[in-house]
Amino acid sequence: MTISRRTVLGALLATAAAPPRTDYAIEPRLVADGIWVVAGADAPIERDNGGAIANITIIATPAGTVLVDCGPSFRYAKTLGALAERLTGKPVVRVYLTHLHPDHGLGIAAFDQPIVAALPATIAGIESDGQGFSDSMYRLLGDWMRGTDLVKPGVTPTGDAESFGGRRLRLLALSGHSAGDLALLDEATGVLVTGDLVFNGRAPSTPTADLATWRQSLDVLAALPHRLVIPGHGAIDPGGTAAITQTRDWLDWLDESLRAAVKGGLDMVEAGTLPLPERFAGMAAVRYELQRSVSHFYPVLEAELLPRIDVAE
Amino acid sequence: MAAPDPLGSPMWDYHAQRIFGTAPVRFDARVGLAMPMIAENQRVFPIAVDARGVDRASRILIFADLNPIPVAIDYRLDGAAAYVTVRIKLDQRTPVRAAVQRAGGDWLVTGNWIDAAGGGCSAPPVSRVRGDWAEHLGEIRGAAWAGERGHARLRLLFRHPMDTGLVENIPAYHLETLTLRGENGQSLGEMALQASVAEDPALTLLPCSAPGSSIRIDARDTNGRTYAAAVKVPTP
Repeated sequence: MTISRRTVLGALLATAAAPPRTDYAIEPRLVADGIWVVAGADAPIERDNGGAIANITIIATPAGTVLVDCGPSFRYAKTLGALAERLTGKPVVRVYLTHLHPDHGLGIAAFDQPIVAALPATIAGIESDGQGFSDSMYRLLGDWMRGTDLVKPGVTPTGDAESFGGRRLRLLALSGHSAGDLALLDEATGVLVTGDLVFNGRAPSTPTADLATWRQSLDVLAALPHRLVIPGHGAIDPGGTAAITQTRDWLDWLDESLRAAVKGGLDMVEAGTLPLPERFAGMAAVRYELQRSVSHFYPVLEAELLPRIDVAE
Repeated sequence: MAAPDPLGSPMWDYHAQRIFGTAPVRFDARVGLAMPMIAENQRVFPIAVDARGVDRASRILIFADLNPIPVAIDYRLDGAAAYVTVRIKLDQRTPVRAAVQRAGGDWLVTGNWIDAAGGGCSAPPVSRVRGDWAEHLGEIRGAAWAGERGHARLRLLFRHPMDTGLVENIPAYHLETLTLRGENGQSLGEMALQASVAEDPALTLLPCSAPGSSIRIDARDTNGRTYAAAVKVPTP
């Protein structure tokens, strides 16, 4: 190998550049009585955002502060916890993990395990895939992840609600985005926290999805009396129906389009460049998530939809 | 000596010498290389090469500079349109290249860097972990579609573990040749495959087959096991 002048200059410039930012700007916004949302970036997980792409919910209750998800890293969750406690004046007494994905919950290492609650399927998922998720987050984010150990939630919620000094949170054990998706309804305000069962204005991601059960879960959420929806990613939905409808619309379109692509003889690269309908063109990360979904679903659809052609010799 | 590499790859000179020898090589945008913006799965990375804009293209080669098994496929067109899709493994961030040889012997090359988590070539195949690979060996799925200018579109999906030999206690074992023949026995294309092709190889080819004609597919793996399939190009 020859080392060119450009390589050497490039290396010098890289070391001279300012160290990358690794402090999280966490800005909670009040969306209902005693409920704040920290909005995630509508982008892929990347060094510019430190993996802070998921929406986080803070709920003030008479018994203490409740968090729904706590972000991608130890540093994020530490900052979040301190800030939430200042905001509400009460210590964090419960952290709900909506599902196993690292952008929502790798930061649970910052809290005492016995206050972190998740569905059994979520805990099983962390046991089998958590190390892989953790490895990829360190690879993608580097120093943002420092100190983020892989730990498991300490409790599984029993019953269909938990009450914190009189503020009741209904717990909905669903699935589809992953094998265990926890949604929460604050009965006092009608705020529905959906985790990644609902996306809004940002294309849904599908690495562990089962589209049929995901759609059933969306039916459950749509039928639930509620007001405002806090989706896992994207803007909050004050009306409570548009984001659920949009997520369902995307899943339907994705399923139909990929099936049609397999039947029409397209390969994965070609399916990843399918034209997007006008109504999805403005969604954040839309081409990125379509190509990821092709990777997640295509080989399975090919095995289902293309016939056997092998013959005896 | 090959042309200087626009991708700045540390392995370009080495591969260029081994693969192209003394044949003329140049980087040429008429060779189209399409791939997703990220490697979502480093064990199954899809690639499409479109060299239909290259006159007298006769052979397409796909390789990844920094893979331990760099070359994935070597495809002799035998009249097929110069287009192929395949899925490969990525062992780390690497340039992925398509090289197209013309009838005169010269090569046109294109490529792109793609980032990837490690281990595409050195982790066991999914069917090995599941343990069911042998039950499905020999299954071939696919179909043909009538295409433009006498070229059909053929999709082929093989079940095969495509073991690289880089996983402890699993020797290399992969499909190594694929041939397509027409009704009169004429060759419609021939491909050599390496273990850097993803598990359960999936290909798209555009052989020279008219609507209504049939295509015979034969393959052989490194243990000498043979595979056969047949499809008919539908009449539109």
